[in-house]
Amino acid sequence: MRPGRDLTTAAIAIVLFTGVLGIGYPLAITAVSQVAFGARADGSRDLIGTPRLTAAKRPDPAFFQPRPSATGYSASATFFSNRGPNAASARAFYRHALAAYHAREDRYSPGLTDADVPVDAVTTSASGVDPHISPANAAIQARRVAAVRGIAPARVLALVAAHTDGRFLGVFGEPGVNVQALNRALGR
Amino acid sequence: MGQGILQIALFCALVVAVVPLLGGYMARVFSGEPTFLGAVLGPVERLTYRLLRVDCAQGQGWKAYARSVLVFSLAGWLVLFVILRTQALHPFYTGGRPAVPWDLSFNTASSFVTNTNWQFYGGETTMTYFSQMAGLAVQNFLSAAVGLAVAAALIRALAARRGGDAPGQTIGNFWQDLVRATLYVLLPIAIVAALVLVSQGTVQTLGGAAGGLARGPVASQEAIKQLGTNGGGFFNVNSAYPFENPTQLSNLLEMFLILCIPASLTATYGRIVGNRREGWAIFGVMALLFVVSVAVVFAAERHGTPAQHAAGVVGANLEGKDIRFGTTDSALWTAVTTVTSAGAVNAALESLTAIGGLVPMVDMAYGESVFGGVGTGLYTMLMYVLLAVFIGGLMVGRTPEYLGRKIEAREIRLVSLAVLATPLIALAGAGAALATTYGAPSIHASGPQGFSETLYAYLSQANNNGSAFAGYTGVTFADVVGGLAMLAGRFVPIVLVLAVAGSLAGKRVAPAGLGTLRTDTATFGGLLVGVVVLVGALTFFPALLLGPVVQGLTGRPL
Repeated sequence: MRPGRDLTTAAIAIVLFTGVLGIGYPLAITAVSQVAFGARADGSRDLIGTPRLTAAKRPDPAFFQPRPSATGYSASATFFSNRGPNAASARAFYRHALAAYHAREDRYSPGLTDADVPVDAVTTSASGVDPHISPANAAIQARRVAAVRGIAPARVLALVAAHTDGRFLGVFGEPGVNVQALNRALGR
Repeated sequence: MGQGILQIALFCALVVAVVPLLGGYMARVFSGEPTFLGAVLGPVERLTYRLLRVDCAQGQGWKAYARSVLVFSLAGWLVLFVILRTQALHPFYTGGRPAVPWDLSFNTASSFVTNTNWQFYGGETTMTYFSQMAGLAVQNFLSAAVGLAVAAALIRALAARRGGDAPGQTIGNFWQDLVRATLYVLLPIAIVAALVLVSQGTVQTLGGAAGGLARGPVASQEAIKQLGTNGGGFFNVNSAYPFENPTQLSNLLEMFLILCIPASLTATYGRIVGNRREGWAIFGVMALLFVVSVAVVFAAERHGTPAQHAAGVVGANLEGKDIRFGTTDSALWTAVTTVTSAGAVNAALESLTAIGGLVPMVDMAYGESVFGGVGTGLYTMLMYVLLAVFIGGLMVGRTPEYLGRKIEAREIRLVSLAVLATPLIALAGAGAALATTYGAPSIHASGPQGFSETLYAYLSQANNNGSAFAGYTGVTFADVVGGLAMLAGRFVPIVLVLAVAGSLAGKRVAPAGLGTLRTDTATFGGLLVGVVVLVGALTFFPALLLGPVVQGLTGRPL
């Protein structure tokens, strides 16, 4: 094949592939998805973890609170905390996060030590909107939620259990409590 | 611990199970034999050849093949660059995003055409839907197909039974390999995978951002991003974002998609060269190095970082990890995406423990030969195989031969260049960034972590991986030098590999004798592991000492 011939073929190929793979393929997948999966293809709110806030923009103690976020729980511009393993600023962040957790939970969980605080409650998630918290974290928060709402802890724990996503096939991943769905179920 | 090991073992079993199936299928595809999809895709394939005006019966020599690869990639690069620079004119949802700046466009076009998918931008805040679909995702397909084509050409050269005469000089037809790789391998799997992802909650809409949620045609891009070992996320936090990777099933599927083609190509190789044991030997070497990587990063992430300890936090390192994946799936994913050239992330690599962060760097230092990229992994490993054959030949005092072909000075010269080119590019890039003041504005962290960020950036780009210590940010210098590193890291090895293919295709094949060094045995596998580790990882040993190793030896916050 002569060099000029290659150029023509390459040009036709790019145009053709862009049409088929760049327009045809995604549009076809979109059409099938919208018909077959409907709202799920548009993005489920339950996948996006954000805190329930009071009017003063403070975390509302009547609700379960998600993990710390590097992005302020942004669902429109995402990034990592990029906190290094040895960074002094990371140590300061964890100290602050620990203190905040104690301030929120100690009243309802007397004797809570640093070692009792689940690690997910003081580390930032990857996505910034992790919809889950660990079951241990949920168990501690459940005492507060029950006390603030004046309902039986057992009822809150039952709701927590109902909104705990297990491992896939009982093997893959880690179990987590979906804060979004749980808070919605708790209601006002 | 046991639970983590169980899921890693199950995942590995899943990959091993698919190798003979997909490998056998791809052997048929690249031998031009009919497949079960032929009834549907045959007419499409023939129509494509007619539109491209290519005659597939006409084989190409290595130079013609390489020229087609380069011209096609150049055309793809130009189109992608123009798409990124004209975002204001795009159809579909644009979010009012302006044209991508020239330096970032240069870096990004180079990144996606070379199958690197390094991202100095956040997808959901920089790109229009048209850029994502018709620009970036198209190259996700095509750069993977080019990798497959080059691997197929090298396999064919090693399989040709009769050397010396005219047919032995050709290594296949690039356009045919490109079309068959896309139509028969990539597109069908991507379609199925995209729909499974949507069923899990991955977004697929053209509706634009709504209610503060960035959305888009994500699933269609996510499927080929993983299958093609590309790794460029629709969202900035990549596969950590629930709209890209919503569940543990989607996570499992995505890891499987990443490994399935690179792992299966070893079986494709074994079948086409006519000895399946040759394929399994290579698979075994890759699998061993992979399992070691997984084990180290898995063990490392089960403990907190020095900063966490100092603050009084107790538990595993969950910084930059989402709950549904935990440390096990994040660790497994990290190894999967860095031994392959996928470079997608589901956790923040910069927040790994020091030793956890060392693993992806060592994985990339193997030259992306351990499974590696789609196609690129196999051909890189075959370069190491030829090197091992040469060293083995020297040890037993015989002219080295591989699959009946004498390996002579010309081939070894080409192989050495191919194996040394990428480390040279990576170290030169990192050196230039660190020795001058130009690299400084990109660095986010201080001390050894800042060094690691820089080293990681150039290791990743030169090896066409694309993952990052994401604190490292793009400025014009980093965009341009990184872009050049990606282009050189892709096309210098490709040309050299094709030259080796051309050289081997023309050789006479001698039957194996008593003194022949067998290459389908565990002994040879051991030799090959040694060569990969020595050449690949030790090249970077001094640099790795200065970054992650120093960090790992420092048990307190700096």
